[in-house]
Amino acid sequence: MSTDTAHSDVQQFHPRVRSALENPQIRSNFRSAMDGLMGKRQAAFEDWELETLRDLGAAVRLRALSRLPELLVQLETNCQLQGIRVHWAETGDQACEIIRDICKARDARRVIKGKSMVSEEMELNHFLEAEGIEALESDLGEYIVQLAEETPSHIIMPAIHKNTDEISDLMHEKTGTERSRDVGYLTASARQQLRDKFMQADVGISGVNFAVAETGTLCLVENEGNGRLTTTVPPCHIAVTGIEKVVEHLEDVAPLLALLTRSATGQHITTYFNMISGPRKADEKDGPEEVHLVLVDSGRSSIYQDQELLDTLRCIRCGACMNHCPVYARVGGHAYGTTYPGPIGKILMPHLLGLENTRDLPSASTLCGACGEVCPVRIPIPKLLQRLRKESVDGDRLRPSVVPGHGVKRTLKEQASWNGYRWLASDPGRYRLAGWMMTRFRALTPRNVGPWTRYRTAPRPAAKTLHQLMAARRREEQS
Amino acid sequence: MNPGKTARNQSRTAILNRLREGRGDQAMTVPASDFAVVRDRNWTPAERLDRFEARISSVNGEVHRVAREQWIDTLYALMKAKGLENLLVSEDVEHGRELRRLWPWEAPALLGYEQPIEHWKPAMFNNVAAALTGCLGAIAETGSLMLWPTPQEPRLMSLVPPVHFVLLAADCVYDTFHQAMAEQQWAQQGMPTNALLISGPSKTADIEQTLAYGVHGPRELVVLILE
Repeated sequence: MSTDTAHSDVQQFHPRVRSALENPQIRSNFRSAMDGLMGKRQAAFEDWELETLRDLGAAVRLRALSRLPELLVQLETNCQLQGIRVHWAETGDQACEIIRDICKARDARRVIKGKSMVSEEMELNHFLEAEGIEALESDLGEYIVQLAEETPSHIIMPAIHKNTDEISDLMHEKTGTERSRDVGYLTASARQQLRDKFMQADVGISGVNFAVAETGTLCLVENEGNGRLTTTVPPCHIAVTGIEKVVEHLEDVAPLLALLTRSATGQHITTYFNMISGPRKADEKDGPEEVHLVLVDSGRSSIYQDQELLDTLRCIRCGACMNHCPVYARVGGHAYGTTYPGPIGKILMPHLLGLENTRDLPSASTLCGACGEVCPVRIPIPKLLQRLRKESVDGDRLRPSVVPGHGVKRTLKEQASWNGYRWLASDPGRYRLAGWMMTRFRALTPRNVGPWTRYRTAPRPAAKTLHQLMAARRREEQS
Repeated sequence: MNPGKTARNQSRTAILNRLREGRGDQAMTVPASDFAVVRDRNWTPAERLDRFEARISSVNGEVHRVAREQWIDTLYALMKAKGLENLLVSEDVEHGRELRRLWPWEAPALLGYEQPIEHWKPAMFNNVAAALTGCLGAIAETGSLMLWPTPQEPRLMSLVPPVHFVLLAADCVYDTFHQAMAEQQWAQQGMPTNALLISGPSKTADIEQTLAYGVHGPRELVVLILE
């Protein structure tokens, strides 16, 4: 499957970062977008006791995770009672196969899609195309990204890396629209092109923002109406979601919705909040006759094995962490080469792809803490980044690691250095001797110490040790 | 038995087992959920209406406050002003019957949602200019309308026609979403096939964060508040 390319993309992190930094267009597109989003978020929370609301959001997500297996079973039971068919997939590939089988059973050839990051994660579109099923994205941003044969560069605004001119050129080349800087015209053209596709689609595939166990309800948050069309017009709707999206009660949705839309785009609410609890009933005149829910694990239950890393699963996918990240704002979403970019990607993708493929991600952070400060459900992202850094050198011996590829950055040289340091530093005589040697042979320290010296001068030991300096000062004071 | 099916049952068992093992015997400590922050507003009815109107107007929703006996005239005037040729409106709800009884005009024509959508999909997508529906009430805090589509007023009425008119009773506005769900006992009575919050006309900012209205859903949302 094409995940191989995804892996090699991630491994090319540094070259990608360099080329992104050298591209002024990318930098200015992201800079202006991120500045705008940060300002809008702040304005949207103006009247709120934001910290109290974040406490509630975190509590709701933690409660859901604390009862995750029970809630998944409850969700399944309630969905089934209402006529939704529930499927479980351990891997992304398995989820793709389930969806293919549903399509094949209905003889479906044309699929229309609402925005779903899980489907990006499992590369559903490629999979379906290889099976002869056309999968068309209907969210405007996703549609643009699909026309460009790219992947989303932001989880909320997939085409944020492109400006209007670039989109106008792209639509002109691929769909024959006029070149125009008029966003209204471009939007209307996309609407026109997709209308027929909605009418003709055999299956609609959507993601899920929250799945309510108590009532068996799938909630979708959107502005365009493409999500509603996707889940209402075709005769079959398949909702696909990660297993962590479940919440316990219907009322739990209220704080999460309040946090999600304001954190993501600074809106008090999106145009549509769409709650689906079953297929069309006998007397209803529209809506799909079949509704399927595909619950995807794909590494999430492994994250669940670790009490600290589990916080990763609280995420409600608002993207505020990337909007506020000084690294993301400069290098943009594609530099990461992962489905989820930015801070949340750095703590999530190592679990999905293994640290051997994502070795550079946990350290691609200044640990400034902005992501943790804005996270609506208080995920301690900086702490988790540090934890993953330890995992990548097997630094945490207290618990068996659940992170695939842990220890990948552990090298004999580094290990030997630390062991040597421990031996020297744990005996006063050895320590003094080593210190004295450093001051004598300081001229011999290497000028070039890897990435450190690419932008900085090499550190050089001082001419006198701290002990010597302190002794000298004491002598001065006494005399 | 179908081998695919067996494999998937195995997936279910495997996922649930991993989750149960993962938690081990350590119970997670979870702080209490205090919903006061999304619940307690205590606005007066007038404040509620004003806030609703301000919020929904800020995202291009159009609001008209009309006396209960005037709404049909207002609707007619609005349709004329917008040049709308027809209106999709249910025959089996109170406001639909009232409208049909009191609609003396030849045009705009009144259409009904008589058939399941399969029988008239192209006509619905291409020929309907506007639709009128009721709603369950509104939310002041976010400027949202609550709709539970019914067999009489199906889901696509509020989605496919380019203009959506909604009748809202002035005394059905709640402070917050949380309050509305609690007072209408949504969780207790069970959820319908589809429930919606609608806050303005369809919009997108996917092209360089420039706001554009009417992307896939209605480009105009008109609320008639009946006082």
